[in-house]
Amino acid sequence: MKLEGMHLQRMLRGQKRSERVFKIVAGGALLFALVALAILIIDVFLDGFRRLDWQFLTSFPSRKPERAGVLSALVGTVYMMGLTALLAFPIGVGAAIYLEEYARKKNWFSRLIEVNIANLAGVPSILYGLLGLELFVRMMGLGRSVLAGALTMALLVLPIVIIASREAIRVVSPAIKEGSFALGASRWQTIWYQVLPIAFPGILTGSILAFSRVIGEAAPMITIGALAFIAFLPDSPLSPFTVLPIQIFNWVSRPQKGFFTCAAAGILILLAVLLMMNAAAVFLRQRYQKRLYL
Amino acid sequence: MKTTRWLIAAVMSAGLALPAPAQAAGLKGKIMIDGSSTVYPITEAVAEEFQEQNPGVRITVGISGTGGGFKKFGRGETDISNASRPIKSSEAEAAKKSGVEYIELPVAFDGLAVMVHPSNTWCDSMTVAELKKLWEPAAQGKITRWNQIRAGWPDEEIHLFGAGVDSGTFDYFTEAIVGKAQSSRGDFTSSEDDNVLVQGISSDRLALGFFGLAYYDHNKEKLKLVAIDDENSSNGSGPILPTRETVEGGTYQPLARPIFIYVNKKSAERPEVSAFVRFYLENAPTLVPEVGYISLPGEVYRLAANRFEVKKSGSVFAGGGPKVGVTLANLLEQSR
Repeated sequence: MKLEGMHLQRMLRGQKRSERVFKIVAGGALLFALVALAILIIDVFLDGFRRLDWQFLTSFPSRKPERAGVLSALVGTVYMMGLTALLAFPIGVGAAIYLEEYARKKNWFSRLIEVNIANLAGVPSILYGLLGLELFVRMMGLGRSVLAGALTMALLVLPIVIIASREAIRVVSPAIKEGSFALGASRWQTIWYQVLPIAFPGILTGSILAFSRVIGEAAPMITIGALAFIAFLPDSPLSPFTVLPIQIFNWVSRPQKGFFTCAAAGILILLAVLLMMNAAAVFLRQRYQKRLYL
Repeated sequence: MKTTRWLIAAVMSAGLALPAPAQAAGLKGKIMIDGSSTVYPITEAVAEEFQEQNPGVRITVGISGTGGGFKKFGRGETDISNASRPIKSSEAEAAKKSGVEYIELPVAFDGLAVMVHPSNTWCDSMTVAELKKLWEPAAQGKITRWNQIRAGWPDEEIHLFGAGVDSGTFDYFTEAIVGKAQSSRGDFTSSEDDNVLVQGISSDRLALGFFGLAYYDHNKEKLKLVAIDDENSSNGSGPILPTRETVEGGTYQPLARPIFIYVNKKSAERPEVSAFVRFYLENAPTLVPEVGYISLPGEVYRLAANRFEVKKSGSVFAGGGPKVGVTLANLLEQSR
């Protein structure tokens, strides 16, 4: 007995030690990631901070770095993202509702669709760019327009919107649905008045995070041919446009030092837009959740 | 759900409620330009100035590379294509098939500079033969030390940097040095982004690389130029450094090349396009040096403008891709 107790004690001590080591390793991993990110942001901030002013936000691209600005790229990015949201949100949520509420019976067809959606979410974005170029720009004749860009981006984010929406719908308690049915509500009424309001914060958060991915994508935009120099604002969905990542990419590859600073300032603006979108996601989730449980 | 309605309204207005810019009197229309990233800064400068005077004209400039630009140009999708080399026969063929005729106009010179690290004391000049020995495909894995190029140079490794293999710059360098476009050793660090090459060469004592002269001008303190000797005394004898004078005067050979714009002949009938091209050739002498390139002799701009006015189509290079050591005035004169 005594021997066994000692053995147990030793084992416990060993476990404690390995626990401590694991904690240090995991903490170190976190620290490494955070420090790398902090260095990156601080470096960009120091390079670009002085260039950030009203003139930079309200000027078109120029050959002179001190006169250049992000106006057309910023407006192009916001415009394209808005259109993407308008296109991808209803389709994505609709698809999620169908898959979760109507196609509950698992047959080979629904399983095939599910596997495909999961796979599509992992397809490299440049392939969506090539698809968009052939389908929207050439076959549908939309040209290198905001609409062609938004349609391409909508395809890119659809799988993510569908997956996020499905998860949000799935966690709605069956008791609520059954209660609704018991009171004589139809399936449609149950979805519209019970399921969607509860799932909405989750759907919204997932979708906004998916749309914020649109902001950072450069590869598909280059393939469909968003432009580098454009000194006017898009005035219709069929207007040519440019986006922030392309403008930054263009500035980084220029020889003049001034453009390097412009690129850093452009990155800061891109980060600010991203942060604003993520903040909006958090804000909306908080707001809706409070209302539901009060 | 008041908030939902508000949210949808916000998303929609962000997308659709952008004000239409006011149209000024005068020229109107769209000009679509795409192509080489080397020519891009010049076209950007011209477009910027032109648009200031003609706010009704909407110009867009893309950077798909010379080859990518010609693909779109050949389908008739763009009005003007920027090109850092003459059109290839395959590209000319494609354009012909879809009925696109074009006018070829040289707009500037770009010198290719060969560069080493500033602390490199031995390498001040190289002959074309030495560069060929270093860059030809047979050199791969064999010519790896400085003393293999010239006796008396140190017995140390050489680290090579060069333009990306899809660029017109790489096409031209290999054509000029090795004798055949795209023919090169493969064991060097290549990048489409010349700033990466500047970084690489300036941080490696044993480096040697080549890229556009404009990038040297902005990084003079980090790099050292190598003078090039083509061993042909008819265009200046001995090793010659690339400068404005030697590139423009035709003595820095064979690494000085003309760069072009190609104008779709059908587009050139539109008043805004022809006004833009005229403006381009008129203002190139001042705008080209401003963005770091070397302007052509005034005579060549005059011949080019003339070529445009009479709508002379086709390429003076007869679709042969990069050509080395051309005197443009001669070529344009001949083709009149």
